[in-house]
Amino acid sequence: MSIGHALLGLLEGGPRHGYDLKRSYDERFGQDRPLAYGQVYSTLARLLKNGLVEVESEPGAGPERKKYAITDAGVSDVGGWLARPEKPEPYLQSTLYTKVVLALLTGHDANDVLDTQRSAHLRLMRDLTRRKAGGDLADQLICDHALFHLEADLRWLELTAARLQQLAAQVRA
Amino acid sequence: MRRIADLALGVRLSVGGGRSGWTRLALIAVGVGLGVAMLLIAASIPTVLESRTARADARSVAWDQQLTPGEPTVLTQEVRSTFRDSPIVGLLLQPDGDDAPLPPGLTEQLAPGDLVVSPALADLLASDDADALQGRWGERVVGTIGTEGLTGPNELRFYLGTDELTAESASTRRIQTFGGAQGTSEGLGPVLLLLALVGMVVLLLPVAIFISTAVRFGSENRDRRLAALRLVGADVGMTRRIAAGETLAGAAGGLAVGALLFLLIGPVVAYAVPAGMGFYPEDLRPAPALVALTVVLVPATTVLVTLSALKQVLVEPLGVVRRASERRRRFWWRLVVPVVGLALLTPLIGGLDTSLVSQVMVVAGLVLVLVGVALILPWLVEATVHRLRGGGVAWELAVRRLQLDSGTAVRAVSGIAVSVAGLIAVQGLVGAIGTVSPWGQADTSTFQATVLDIDPEGDSAEVWERELSRAEGVTGVGTLTSVWARSAPAQAGQSVSDDETLIDIGTCEVLAQEAQIDSCDDGDVFVVEPDGTTAPASGSTYVLGAEQDTRWTLPASAEAVAPAPGTVGSLSGMPARIMVTPGALGGIDVTPGAITVYVALDPAVPDAPDHMRTAAAQVDPADYESPIAPERTTLILGNVREALLVGTVALLALIGVSMLVNVIEQLRERRQLLAVLTAFGTRRRTLGGSVLFQIAIPVALGLALAVVTGSVLTLALQAAVDASPAFDWRTIGMTSGAAALVVLLTTAGSLPLLWHLTRPGNLRSE
Amino acid sequence: MPTEPLLTAEDLHLSFGSTPALDSASVEVHAGEILALMGPSGSGKSTLLHCLAGILTPDSGRVTYAGRDLTALHDNERSALRRSEFGFVFQFGQLVPELTCLENVALPLRLGGASRRAALRSAEAWLERLEVSDVADKRPGQASGGQGQRVAVARALVTRPKVVFADEPTGALDSLNGERVMELFVAAARDTGAAVVLVTHEPRVAAYSDHEAVVRDGRVRAREYVR
Repeated sequence: MSIGHALLGLLEGGPRHGYDLKRSYDERFGQDRPLAYGQVYSTLARLLKNGLVEVESEPGAGPERKKYAITDAGVSDVGGWLARPEKPEPYLQSTLYTKVVLALLTGHDANDVLDTQRSAHLRLMRDLTRRKAGGDLADQLICDHALFHLEADLRWLELTAARLQQLAAQVRA
Repeated sequence: MRRIADLALGVRLSVGGGRSGWTRLALIAVGVGLGVAMLLIAASIPTVLESRTARADARSVAWDQQLTPGEPTVLTQEVRSTFRDSPIVGLLLQPDGDDAPLPPGLTEQLAPGDLVVSPALADLLASDDADALQGRWGERVVGTIGTEGLTGPNELRFYLGTDELTAESASTRRIQTFGGAQGTSEGLGPVLLLLALVGMVVLLLPVAIFISTAVRFGSENRDRRLAALRLVGADVGMTRRIAAGETLAGAAGGLAVGALLFLLIGPVVAYAVPAGMGFYPEDLRPAPALVALTVVLVPATTVLVTLSALKQVLVEPLGVVRRASERRRRFWWRLVVPVVGLALLTPLIGGLDTSLVSQVMVVAGLVLVLVGVALILPWLVEATVHRLRGGGVAWELAVRRLQLDSGTAVRAVSGIAVSVAGLIAVQGLVGAIGTVSPWGQADTSTFQATVLDIDPEGDSAEVWERELSRAEGVTGVGTLTSVWARSAPAQAGQSVSDDETLIDIGTCEVLAQEAQIDSCDDGDVFVVEPDGTTAPASGSTYVLGAEQDTRWTLPASAEAVAPAPGTVGSLSGMPARIMVTPGALGGIDVTPGAITVYVALDPAVPDAPDHMRTAAAQVDPADYESPIAPERTTLILGNVREALLVGTVALLALIGVSMLVNVIEQLRERRQLLAVLTAFGTRRRTLGGSVLFQIAIPVALGLALAVVTGSVLTLALQAAVDASPAFDWRTIGMTSGAAALVVLLTTAGSLPLLWHLTRPGNLRSE
Repeated sequence: MPTEPLLTAEDLHLSFGSTPALDSASVEVHAGEILALMGPSGSGKSTLLHCLAGILTPDSGRVTYAGRDLTALHDNERSALRRSEFGFVFQFGQLVPELTCLENVALPLRLGGASRRAALRSAEAWLERLEVSDVADKRPGQASGGQGQRVAVARALVTRPKVVFADEPTGALDSLNGERVMELFVAAARDTGAAVVLVTHEPRVAAYSDHEAVVRDGRVRAREYVR
């Protein structure tokens, strides 16, 4: 996901100082990783260069008191980004797939691999669930997003576990 | 063609629906079959009556047979007796030669003293229980009566050979052939006709209700299946026809089951009914026309019921919507039917008549009033359960279940309500007729039995007193000798008048049976004056009996007294009677015109009446012994009552079965909920109690309605026979008790399934 | 764990006919904790729940609750225990269709001998706690699935049980309703200090637990403690 698009989206609500932008971003999207100032300013610089934002100077203000505003090009860029589907990412499956296949090949119990992984997944899911309970709507949406992904992983694990048993039976038979 | 294909699909679905489909089909078939069996038995009644009548006619003794000179004859006399409550009828036979006619069932002439008995009477004589019957007609049993001479296997009948009959006696008949008597089959009087009609309505209406209930067994399941068919494209008309097809399969199965049950039950019924109504199993053949009617009407009814039940629900592709679930039942139109019925009963108020119009009105009225019970009951149950509050958990579960759907329970119960309402009405009528009968009020403080039909030219009063006194349990015997008297001419030489007056001669105790006498000593004379009769003047002289020289003068001391309540003499318009104690007769020796014997019995001696009857029969088998105050019903009414009782018991059993099926079906549908309730610790007692209340509440309401309706009908019917209004509390109590028993048995019958369903393992089947 | 477990199953075996459902299953439940029983369908997790709750009696092994061996108790005693100490939530079809939601919640109290009035008052409070006061006078058939499950949760908790057994409590609900039911359920259970045995195959539902035990082939395969 692009920080640039996120900042552009925030600017659609109205011009802001760089510092305000970082705080809004952190409030809404930054639970996992708050943005560093450097990231904000370098991103804004790139957006400026591409003509997606412009700077409004406040008369009599210091050098830090620059306000960024979104351009028409920036608005259409955000619109295009929102309309574009994200490329589905394989997340953990590739790694786990490797592990499971290796376990099977080396004679380890694949169920153990799965149980261990499930345990780890559930641990994370519990944290997210707990955080969700204490958070606001944005927290809940973000946590749910993560939870659904983790759940998808676990479902895949369950399915694989069930198939592995069939597979193992076939291999041994 | 399309329609027939839909019906066929319905038939196929009903048998192809897996185990639950078969269960439903079997339930409907058994339910309808029970009803059909009842209908077939009812359809056999004409045949049974016909063959009973034919058998009775064939052995009847005609009153006035034209005798062909030279043909052999037999002298006969009918004997009516009783053992406990069972009537025994016999015929004394005195053949005039070896080729004298024989009644059907007899193979050879009887010598004097030879006794031939029916198998049932033979069994009775052979039992240890019948001491009081031993020797009543002698000991020499030479054979048994063949079946062609009996109306049924339970009939108590005998033929006794004799040589003591005289052709001159008024009660003997000389005949050349048996049979051909006019009106031997007891013609139904208007009262009995009324009773029979009410009885048929009372018994058959619930059967119809039962059949329509049976068709609905498992209909919720069926509706869901129809919804599935709607999902794959069946339209509403098709679902109706498919449902009709399914029902037809059930009805056809029901006809088969009914026929089978009829074949199985028939022989049992033949032996189970009271002796007076007994018949031979082979006579139990349904009348072909009625069979045809049953075969056509039962499937037609079931289809109609199915279609009307389907109107209550919307079968949509995504499921079944109950159309009437939230609609409260309205009262007014349900009341119209019984009110119209009562209006139709108004001809009864003026008394019975046999005109066709009033009979039709009465039957229609009865049907409408009883149908009204079935119509009002659903409203009553609904209105009542919606007002019920509080109570324990079991009570609340039951009440709430009934609030949500009382229809299923009510359908089963309405059968009970209708039959009990009718039964109470009929019992009330039967009781009323008994009360109307004059002898119902007779005084039994001194004497409890009488011996009637004594041949006055036979044994004397002294012989009767002596012989009867010897019988076990007899504590006293009195005789009333009656003699016809004519007014003697005022002057000698004039002829005696033809006006006859009855003069009764007896002791004070005996006379007290006939009139309301306050004080009495030997030598007193009393005159009984019913309303509207002028008393004979004192000093009148009478000629007693046929001889001219037995003159007797009514003394001035003669006291006017009222007739005893319940005696024939109390009827207005009867001639006056003169009652004379022996001392007032002045030693005149009269030839009795009639002898009546009064017997006092020791109530502590078992079978005392039968010992007395045996003693009396040994003096003269032709007499007739009767209690002074017989049970309030005559024998024929007793039979009607017994028939109704048998019918009601069968009906209650039938209704119990249908309620059981309903409950079982409902329990099966709720197996998951029951398992959940068990999981969180609900006691079985609570669940069982809820089932009990669920059955008992509608039954109690149904009975209450039945008692009220039955009592109203009783009043109407009692008005018809001019009886003073009275309720037969015993019947109300008995039928209520029997219904309560059915409730308990039904609940008990459902408990094993309930226990099974609440076994913890059932949560698994979710 | 320093404390004694509240409810333990030791070495349970149970067969339905010739099909083994439990094969040496052992598990512990501590007071106030939420344990998720997970596993593929047919693994025996519901059977294990039924054994723990004293609904089923295992062929062999012991189920101990607060020092009492459930397998040795008479059926009536176990029923009484379930009435007073346990609560139950199932997937669906558990509410008595004729009774209103309020009366359904009051039912366990009334089965336990409470007066109708007192039971209804408690039930009202619990419906409010689970935010379904508006369906109090409706019958279950007139409430939505989510509302129905919340009524069921209220009914399970109304007796303030020591252990609540929940068998796929959100199995018939969509995610949103399922989440809401679990949030309210878990919060209410924690408030009353009830332990929860939660059978589920959904990891997101299991994430409301304190830890999980995985049942596979009638055996408890893994049990993780994360405190």
